[in-house]
Amino acid sequence: MKSSYREALRAGIRDALQRDDRVFLMGEDVGAYGGSFAVSLGLLEEFGPERIRDTPLSESGFVGAGIGAALGGMRPIVEIMTVNFSLLALDQLVNNAASLLHMSGGQFHVPLVVRTTTGAGRQLGAQHSHSLEGWYAHIPGLRILAPATLEDARGMLWTALEDPDPVLIFEHGSLYNVPGELAEDAGAVDITSAAIRRPGTAVTLITYGGTLPLTLEAAEQLAGEGIDAEVLDLRSLRPLDDATILASVAKTHRAVVVDEGWRSGSISAEISARISERLFFELDAPVGRVCSAEVPIPYSKHLELAALPSAARVVEAAREAVGAGG
Amino acid sequence: MSGPLAPPPQPLDPAHGRHLLLQMLRVRRLEEKCVELYSAAKIRGFLHVYIGEEAVAAGVLGTLGPDDAVVATYREHGHALLRGVSAGAILAEMYGLVEGCCRGRGGSMHLFDAATRFFGGNAIVAGGLPLAVGMALADKMAGRNRVTACFFGEGAVAEGEFHESLNLAALWQLPVLFCCENNLYAMGTALGRSESQTDIALKAAGYEISAWAVDGMDVLAVEEAARRAVDAVRSGGGPHFLELRTYRFRAHSMFDPERYREKEEVARWLERDPITLLRTALESAGHLPEPEWRRLQSDADAEVAAGVDFAEAGTPEPLADLTRFVYSEPGSHDGGSRP
Repeated sequence: MKSSYREALRAGIRDALQRDDRVFLMGEDVGAYGGSFAVSLGLLEEFGPERIRDTPLSESGFVGAGIGAALGGMRPIVEIMTVNFSLLALDQLVNNAASLLHMSGGQFHVPLVVRTTTGAGRQLGAQHSHSLEGWYAHIPGLRILAPATLEDARGMLWTALEDPDPVLIFEHGSLYNVPGELAEDAGAVDITSAAIRRPGTAVTLITYGGTLPLTLEAAEQLAGEGIDAEVLDLRSLRPLDDATILASVAKTHRAVVVDEGWRSGSISAEISARISERLFFELDAPVGRVCSAEVPIPYSKHLELAALPSAARVVEAAREAVGAGG
Repeated sequence: MSGPLAPPPQPLDPAHGRHLLLQMLRVRRLEEKCVELYSAAKIRGFLHVYIGEEAVAAGVLGTLGPDDAVVATYREHGHALLRGVSAGAILAEMYGLVEGCCRGRGGSMHLFDAATRFFGGNAIVAGGLPLAVGMALADKMAGRNRVTACFFGEGAVAEGEFHESLNLAALWQLPVLFCCENNLYAMGTALGRSESQTDIALKAAGYEISAWAVDGMDVLAVEEAARRAVDAVRSGGGPHFLELRTYRFRAHSMFDPERYREKEEVARWLERDPITLLRTALESAGHLPEPEWRRLQSDADAEVAAGVDFAEAGTPEPLADLTRFVYSEPGSHDGGSRP
């Protein structure tokens, strides 16, 4: 059936609400407004204000309340409007959600799911456009997911809700309107493994979330030049699926990491380091990276585009990796 | 709405008075032992003792039932003990041993115990308030008639999470009892130096929460206020707020030279030692013969001594288990599965 990424997310939320009466959605404007990105549109009418719960603009308060509700046996889905706003809830996410199980010696599990929008490309300026999922992937105790496809938008949520630990799902804002086909019986998917979205032999392009479409576009261009690129979708940023990453790079002997986060201290740096640590003697070229320019994301369209990874930059980096550049 | 003062205490029941005295003594003796063990380097890290504030935990916790929940701060040894965590499990935790209530992962500031529904042990000031709100939300949504008691210091009032949490609890009419332990100092910062409005109960009332200021050195007053508040919360009256006016007799932690307050001020508060106040009241009413007083003390001493023996006999967690409990282990939780 036809579906957009947004509709796939909504189908996943609706399915969870129908399957488990402990599940509820809570966040700013998830109810009467229909969700700031219209993901939860119509759910208030279907499930009522107890389970589609509008909150005040109190990110720390309602994220912490989500943690408490999880401790109390519920399965909350907390929506934070954007990743930038999630910084107001960092205390609860890091000091409580990620730490309670360990601090309590294994006694208190936090089966919380947080959904938030990430990423740039919509001229929203520096306080709505950052890609901070890599930051969160630094934190032991959290699971970090980045659905890039309709199947993952539809299916990651239920698996995340079944997980006894806190899971943060980062939805790239540029994906919501992406159309596609989704199987009628699309359902839960695993949340631990990376996926090969395009098999290839010459270079592994490693990406996730909002940069998957442009990376696939780059791979098509490269194919026209005779470079057969493999595209790996990380899907989970914590834990990283080392086995799939290393198997792919061991096959292609070349890797380029595409990440909308900044380069310094990033998830792309982590992936590059793991490849170097484990496959140093397999590599035929240094690990390349395509990341965002190290600026707060600017408003002006040409500046914003220049700051972000593009298919052209991925192509260039891949050419360099295979020694076909210039 | 907000009454400035708590309701007057009921007439003193001798047996119950002695019971409350024993609860305060148990905390006092445990804390004195903690200080001693810290000096002996058996306990490390930061250690914050509750000496002087015992009437608050003793008065409130006795009004809760086993299905209720308690959220506390990093000055929580007494709350844990009175909630039912054994002195041995508390001390072993501070020793950093596997027999501790958190297998040595938490330490003094992070005591947790699922069996007694004791949810920590939060060292981020005000960090526990949103948790308490969420736990109460879960209870309300699940139709469970439970109360979540949330303890925090007056320093928490300056944090945004305090205001967000009070608003949420009142907005959603959640069964939370907020217990502000106002000991007048956030570490070394006096209330009057950090708040434009120092009437904390008034702040709570601003969120449409019934709030009472209570003499936190009078365990009978604390207990009576807590009983009424818990009853009101349990019967669907929404969140309630107690500002418990108390005083910390000892330093903030073991690294505090106490430059910020005068010795005379401490001495004045020492005259209102909650244990002495209740003991004197019981004695003057003829309810506490000397042998009975000695028995209460020896009971408290014996419990703490047994706790120390338990901790001394404990064992360190194997290093191989270092990274356990970062993520749930299979079978350790129902995982949320539902048919």
